[in-house]
Amino acid sequence: MITPEPIYGLMAEFDNPTDLVHVSKAAFAAGYRKMDTYTPYPVEEAAEAVGAHHNRVALVCLIGALLGMIGGYSLEYWVSAISYPINVGGKPFHAWPAFIPVTFECAVLGASLATVFGMLALNGLPQPYHPVFNVPGFSASSRDKFFLCIEAQDPRFSPGDTRKFLESHHPIQVSEVPY
Amino acid sequence: MATKIDEEIDVLPPKGVRPPIMGPGHTLGTVTDRIGGIVLTKHTPIFWLMIVALCVALFGMLNTAIAYLIGRGVGIWGVNIPVGWGFAIVNFVWWIGIGHAGTLISAILLLFKQGWRTSINRFAEAMTIFAVMQAGLFPLLHTGRPWLAAYWLFPIPLTMGVWPQFRSPLIWDVFAVSTYFTVSFLFWGIGLIPDFGTLRDSAKSLVVRRIYGMLAMGWRGSARHWNRYETAYMLLAGLATPLVLSVHSVVSLDFAVAVVPGWHTTFFPPYFVAGAIFSGFAMVLMLAIPFRYLYGMQDFITLRHLQNCAKLMLATGLIVAYSYSMEMFIGWYSNDKFELGLVHNRLHGPYSHYYFVLIFCNIIAPQSLWLNKIRSTPWMLFVVSCIVQTGMWLERFVIVVLSLNRDFLPSSWGMYWWTKWDMMTLIGTMGFFTLLFFLFIRFMPAISISELRTLLPQSKVKE
Repeated sequence: MITPEPIYGLMAEFDNPTDLVHVSKAAFAAGYRKMDTYTPYPVEEAAEAVGAHHNRVALVCLIGALLGMIGGYSLEYWVSAISYPINVGGKPFHAWPAFIPVTFECAVLGASLATVFGMLALNGLPQPYHPVFNVPGFSASSRDKFFLCIEAQDPRFSPGDTRKFLESHHPIQVSEVPY
Repeated sequence: MATKIDEEIDVLPPKGVRPPIMGPGHTLGTVTDRIGGIVLTKHTPIFWLMIVALCVALFGMLNTAIAYLIGRGVGIWGVNIPVGWGFAIVNFVWWIGIGHAGTLISAILLLFKQGWRTSINRFAEAMTIFAVMQAGLFPLLHTGRPWLAAYWLFPIPLTMGVWPQFRSPLIWDVFAVSTYFTVSFLFWGIGLIPDFGTLRDSAKSLVVRRIYGMLAMGWRGSARHWNRYETAYMLLAGLATPLVLSVHSVVSLDFAVAVVPGWHTTFFPPYFVAGAIFSGFAMVLMLAIPFRYLYGMQDFITLRHLQNCAKLMLATGLIVAYSYSMEMFIGWYSNDKFELGLVHNRLHGPYSHYYFVLIFCNIIAPQSLWLNKIRSTPWMLFVVSCIVQTGMWLERFVIVVLSLNRDFLPSSWGMYWWTKWDMMTLIGTMGFFTLLFFLFIRFMPAISISELRTLLPQSKVKE
């Protein structure tokens, strides 16, 4: 007997978000965990259904803000009071009120850079190749179709039963996702 | 070009009913095709080529003016003592102010859950970025030696061991404007990622698919990705909101920290922010009205959007009007002879005609926006926006030049005359701005496709 080619998972296609959310909830209830939905715009309920409740983007943002804030203020202090103190009109070298605007800007800059690059890194982007793009018709996921993929790595996954489960929810079609 | 159906959308609904945010009959697919179609079509409209050709000519003029400036020095401009700030700072403040409406639409209106912002936020953000680019040119060129400005402006470790002066608002400004540019660019950039994914998937040609594929970075619309993406988007909006208020406040401190009459006032920051948003909305309308007409986008940028922008313009215009009266009041109430002298200079001095045109453009003309008829007629709104934009430029001229040309000692009074090089630089940046904007419309989705989809009834999950 020839061993079948390993697959990434099974992909079901729907034409509206309501069906997608129903089947995602049902799949979660049936014990599937390694799955993901693919939608043309953010569908909050779908993220909830596949178990994506929390993310660490806000934490990354906070770290960026603190680093920017501390970095900005330290830079100003070191430049103005340690490296090259210049007396301008008798103003103190460590003029903290005058240092606030730049500290604020650096905090915002650090937070924004951390948020964007943190979000991309947590999402694993840029990613030049991903098996889901092998599914015929998947390009509609950025247009008007809604997809659910149950991945083969899930312990409950079995090609026959999972396909039956997905088909019981009346998708447009169910396809294998080849690597 | 506008079709018959599109023009029907510009018909006002009966009294008491507000125009819709989106034209009727759209689905997820039609939204994608209409907006993506502008970019993916092989046919480049003739008006686009004509506008771009004109803008390239103006851009060439800008480069000529810059090359001559670098060769000869800032002496070719009209700046001299006593007016050392002239056009360069007038144009800087004007351009940076224009950018502010873009951030207001994309960040502040997002936090206030204003769904209508969705159709106009993308190109308003682009407007912000392009306007800040023009603004950044002026102080850089004003230094006379832009290649040395790097270490004058930024703390770069050099063998000389000298550093910028962090107790000066001019350095705060460098940090504020560069942070503003970076954050606006990031905000715009992450908004574009899903739309690049859409263009990648709808493109017919392999080359186009590859280019947008690289820009989309492998975006596949995964629920986990959207979840983090939405968080990041909201966080950026929350960060951009205080940032945009800080930027023009810091710009105003460039003036307010000086002791020059007319500049040394505490109400400059809010006054400048209101003025910035006022001129920014005028620019949004000046771009939106031709854009929706030329590309037949009346379905997505409806009369509702134009009316809302006009109302915001009216509201900020009233704040600006209040600020002008406060300027006069403070001059009188201070009983300081130099402040009184400035009031006199504005009303009766050699530049008083600038001041009266400014009052007409920024206070009298915008009052027409109280009329629903004007708020709902695109060409009239366009005319009012042009008047306001002129007025806001004059406002900065009055602030910069009229305080400097007659300050404390009559023996040091003088006049300011701009030169043709000043004018070529100003008009050149307008051409550069328009050029960038039309390139953007041709090669990137000018309306956020993925956000617009969420406005459709069919995008909602039913219980």
